[in-house]
Amino acid sequence: MANEIVFSRNHIDNVKDLDVYVGNGGYSSLQKGLTMAPDELIELVKASGLRGRGGAGFPTGMKWSFVPKDTSKPHYLVCNADESEPGTFKDRQLMEVNPHQLLEGMILACHAIGAKTGFIYIRGEFVGPIQIVSRAIEQAYARGYLGKNIQGTGVDVDLAVHPGAGAYIWGEESALLNSLEGQRGLPRLKPPFPAVSGLYASPTIINNVETLANISHIVNNGADWFKQWGTERSAGTKVVSISGHVNRPGNYEVPLATPMMTLINEFAGGVRDGHKLKAVIPGGSSVPILPAEKCDINYDYESIQAAGSMLGSAGMIVMDETTCMVGVARNLVHFYRHESCGKCTPCREGTDWMFKILNELELTGGQMDDIDLLLDITDNMDGKCFCPLGDTSIMSVVSGIEHWRHEFEEHVRNGGCQQRAQNGH
Amino acid sequence: MAHLTAESRQRINDIAARYPEKRSALLPALYVAQEQDGIVTDEAIIDIAELLEATPAYVKGVASFYTMYYRYSVGKYILQVCGTLSCELCGSGQLVNHLEERLGIKEGETTPDGRFTFETVECLGACGGAPVMLLGDKYYEKLTIKQLDAIIDDLRFKPASDHPEPPQLVPFEDKPAGAKST
Repeated sequence: MANEIVFSRNHIDNVKDLDVYVGNGGYSSLQKGLTMAPDELIELVKASGLRGRGGAGFPTGMKWSFVPKDTSKPHYLVCNADESEPGTFKDRQLMEVNPHQLLEGMILACHAIGAKTGFIYIRGEFVGPIQIVSRAIEQAYARGYLGKNIQGTGVDVDLAVHPGAGAYIWGEESALLNSLEGQRGLPRLKPPFPAVSGLYASPTIINNVETLANISHIVNNGADWFKQWGTERSAGTKVVSISGHVNRPGNYEVPLATPMMTLINEFAGGVRDGHKLKAVIPGGSSVPILPAEKCDINYDYESIQAAGSMLGSAGMIVMDETTCMVGVARNLVHFYRHESCGKCTPCREGTDWMFKILNELELTGGQMDDIDLLLDITDNMDGKCFCPLGDTSIMSVVSGIEHWRHEFEEHVRNGGCQQRAQNGH
Repeated sequence: MAHLTAESRQRINDIAARYPEKRSALLPALYVAQEQDGIVTDEAIIDIAELLEATPAYVKGVASFYTMYYRYSVGKYILQVCGTLSCELCGSGQLVNHLEERLGIKEGETTPDGRFTFETVECLGACGGAPVMLLGDKYYEKLTIKQLDAIIDDLRFKPASDHPEPPQLVPFEDKPAGAKST
């Protein structure tokens, strides 16, 4: 497909095998990339405009450039493959279908930041990807794409898979580092940022799977080639995960700035039969919900922000008119309450209280005051939590009440959710 | 309840040697213990602490933080139905109701014969296949009640000798080289 980068080899049968991958141009970026000076490589990625694909959207080349040059400590690269943002399921496919593309990107990234060691942190539930990536690493070592003096370039890189054990908070990069060091997955105070003091207090860069999967293509084809897609501030393509009430849920790689309704109606086959669009969570559960009337926008960082939400991890959850928005908030707050690490009070207590109130509203109706009480709690959490987990846990509550306050009020008047009473769950 | 076998201890030592610092092997080590006994026993915690130069309290603290380590006995098959938003929108609630009825247990419980434990879990990262259930190392996507019944029937009557091995979660066996640069 002309508009695909990281999925461009997905149609090739068994591309996860090294021979097939190499036969289709795989690892061809190494000769060029590993003979470039690290700074040149960083400049190239900066010029491409590639932004982190994990959720925060921070410019990748800029992040790499934060690694100090004057340190005697070893540098590390960590690939965050702990995919667990509700609505997001692209990294699993990227690893299962084309693991060598990720390794190739990691080898280049290691060279750019002066790291000889990289870890791929895969969530423990992903047994398939853990095995597939492990096998790919084994193959790459056997053929000299990993280890000492890669392809005669003098560059050494070792990579290993590290299995996670079930905790969403690893998406927060410093919590991931703690858990890679064998600790509870609690976030660290920043600064210092990981680029200066990360894994084993050494300079560490943490990048998402999709971010790293783009690197070999940028090295092969150049920054301008990458920028032919998207906009000035949203360069390249993006894998959008579409789930919920659509006819064809799945991962679709599209140029950034593709109209959001095209994604829903053409790629995902439209809202499920006979129903109409009510709301969309455009970028994973950590971003505000958009009502249907605000969805006529382009899918890029700046347009979604202007509409009042964020592109985030590009996990798009589509909801039709049958969806109860109190139930949506209750479901997502339940998630954050479970995943809160408990380190800071606003998040630990806030997520628990929000859930208790939403649960009351949903099951027995609660009281009219509860709606403003919820907003008061969110106000006490917003910007006051130790890490982004707490701050983002309020999104579905704040945007839910903003756009569908009448539904919350109806729950109070009706003594709970009518729909839930009908469905029996 | 058992201490780690010599083989498990060896595996943990091998894993630890691949990291710049031993303690990084803690999460994989807990998997080794769980593969040995089905759960992470108190004795294993003491052994792991000794091997990785930590205190048992520290190891226990880490083990209790993560959802994938079981400290108390669970069923032979652990049925994990995802309850997070995309799955709920696509009917995971019906799967949960059906499982409770069919197995006669509530979520988090184990059937009296020790065969099934049923849990609802948070996002499994497979929202495109909602509703999703994880069983061992296999994701069942776009799962219907009919398929769920077939899965349970299959496992319910399987003789013990046919039980599949638990999933291998520590992918460090027989690797030509590891993360540690020499």
